[in-house]
Amino acid sequence: MATRRRGYDLIMLKRRLLTLIPTLFGVVTLVFAFIHLVPGDPVDVMLGETARAADKAALRAQLGLDEPLVTQFVNYLTGIFKGDLGSSFAYHKPVAEVIFSRLPATLELAAWSLAAALIIALPLGVLAAVRRGKRADRVTLLASLIGVSMPNFWLGPLLVILFSVKLGWLPVSGRSGIASVILPAITLGTALAAILSRMVRSSLVDVLDMEYLQAARARGVSEAKVIWVHALRNAALPVITVLGLQLGSLLSGAVITEAVFAWPGIGTLLLQAIQGRDYPVVQGCVLIISAGYVFANLLADLAHRWADPRLRGER
Amino acid sequence: MNNRARMVSFFGESLFVTLSAAVLIILFAGALLAPILAPVGPEVLDLAGGLEPPSISHPLGQDKLGRDVLSGILYGGRVSLLVGVVVVGISLIIGSAVGFVSGYLGGWVDELFMRVVDILLAFPGILLAIALAGVLGPSLGNVIFALSILGWVGFARLTRGEVLALKEREFVKAAVVVGAGPVRIALKHILPNLIGPLGVQATFSVAATILAESSLSFLGLGPQEVPTWGAILSQGVDYLLFAPHLAFFPGLAIMLTVLGINVLGDELRLRFDPLGRRGERGR
Repeated sequence: MATRRRGYDLIMLKRRLLTLIPTLFGVVTLVFAFIHLVPGDPVDVMLGETARAADKAALRAQLGLDEPLVTQFVNYLTGIFKGDLGSSFAYHKPVAEVIFSRLPATLELAAWSLAAALIIALPLGVLAAVRRGKRADRVTLLASLIGVSMPNFWLGPLLVILFSVKLGWLPVSGRSGIASVILPAITLGTALAAILSRMVRSSLVDVLDMEYLQAARARGVSEAKVIWVHALRNAALPVITVLGLQLGSLLSGAVITEAVFAWPGIGTLLLQAIQGRDYPVVQGCVLIISAGYVFANLLADLAHRWADPRLRGER
Repeated sequence: MNNRARMVSFFGESLFVTLSAAVLIILFAGALLAPILAPVGPEVLDLAGGLEPPSISHPLGQDKLGRDVLSGILYGGRVSLLVGVVVVGISLIIGSAVGFVSGYLGGWVDELFMRVVDILLAFPGILLAIALAGVLGPSLGNVIFALSILGWVGFARLTRGEVLALKEREFVKAAVVVGAGPVRIALKHILPNLIGPLGVQATFSVAATILAESSLSFLGLGPQEVPTWGAILSQGVDYLLFAPHLAFFPGLAIMLTVLGINVLGDELRLRFDPLGRRGERGR
């Protein structure tokens, strides 16, 4: 029985991976379309219209822009399979190398933001659920509404004014050790915390009155243990789903947060590349972040299945 | 206590919704009447007054070139509201049309449309907008284009789902039996039932779009020809130490607008979705 179930799980995993192919293909196609969306000649945009014709021709040939569109697309596609995303004009290095040198900083920021979101959301959500209908519930609802409405490029500077300028506790910007990640992580994690706290509240409310919890209370299990261990475990499913769906937005939200805190990740790289018209890097950043987004959604789906025994073995 | 009374008592809700509506009305009126209300034109320079804090003649202070921040915020509100309404309008029209055709016809048309929708959903929206606005160049038209290109997808998904459900309802089946054509069924029977859910989604989308436009402007990718909240705030970040007012007020305007619209959206959702009312509140 267990073996058959595992077989089904494998089939499901394979199917899920197969559906990624058309999605990723579409993502690559759209990203490729970018450079051809630029009105006029991208070479003119990059070199300026006054550049010498010979220089333009040389750059055009270097970029492969003198080839038919289909050939360019096929070259781009085969390049991706070999890990070749083109060359950066600004850095004179392969795009993949430039991006992967910045990736750890972005992943670090995303991971800490996730942690910050959970640290904020769990207690708030539990509090709101336990005190549902009371003042604490109303205050957390208001806090979460403010949290989702707060632009992170405003929250960031406000935190800087308070914790860096007035109190002098934390660095203003840059990436230098654990202290420097705290403000960016809170800035990026706040909106997620707001969504998660509502999710924790509503899924906890759904289980709080269930009989198994009353049974646990009757056995003399402490109220804290009932909520934090027995109830939260069953309330975790919808939370995991929402978390997964929001992971990708952490990656894209990182672009703005990185700009606020001069955090040296993919986000600042993308913005520098946009300013410098370094199109291969722009394409590469969008591709990598979008692929990360697609895989985060897949992971959320798999985690959901793993956490919910009822879904295991389902095809 | 009936549902409505319970709802009202829950939050001091009516107070909060009324407050949100009042804030929104003030912001909308300020934006519409900017040429009359603004103390000076948003582009009037006063280099001697650069970075001055709030005063009687400049209630919200001045930016680094001495421009009046209150005027900038009033005029900036026009951009944010214009972008919010136009982008959501375009997205609503395209999205509901695609969703309707997809859900109503089904078959390969549905398959094709939904594949495209899935691919577009694979993009984190703000990222694509940042890249597009960056590549196309900063202007009002490009911001609207960059935000509309993914904006319709959510509406298409929602409309398709609603149409699929409505198609199976007795009153639509009855209309088919008595010989109503697809256009009549769409306009007379399905469309009226879509107004609620689409209206709720549109309200939340206006809030999200205003936030996205401000983000683009903050990053220097927004319209350059007019003052925007994001651009004023971005300037303020460079002068946090000397002139915190420059970052504070535009950010407050963005947050209050988005918060107000979200609160109204929430209220609309509760009214259109009685089950949601029970699930969300007061149990």
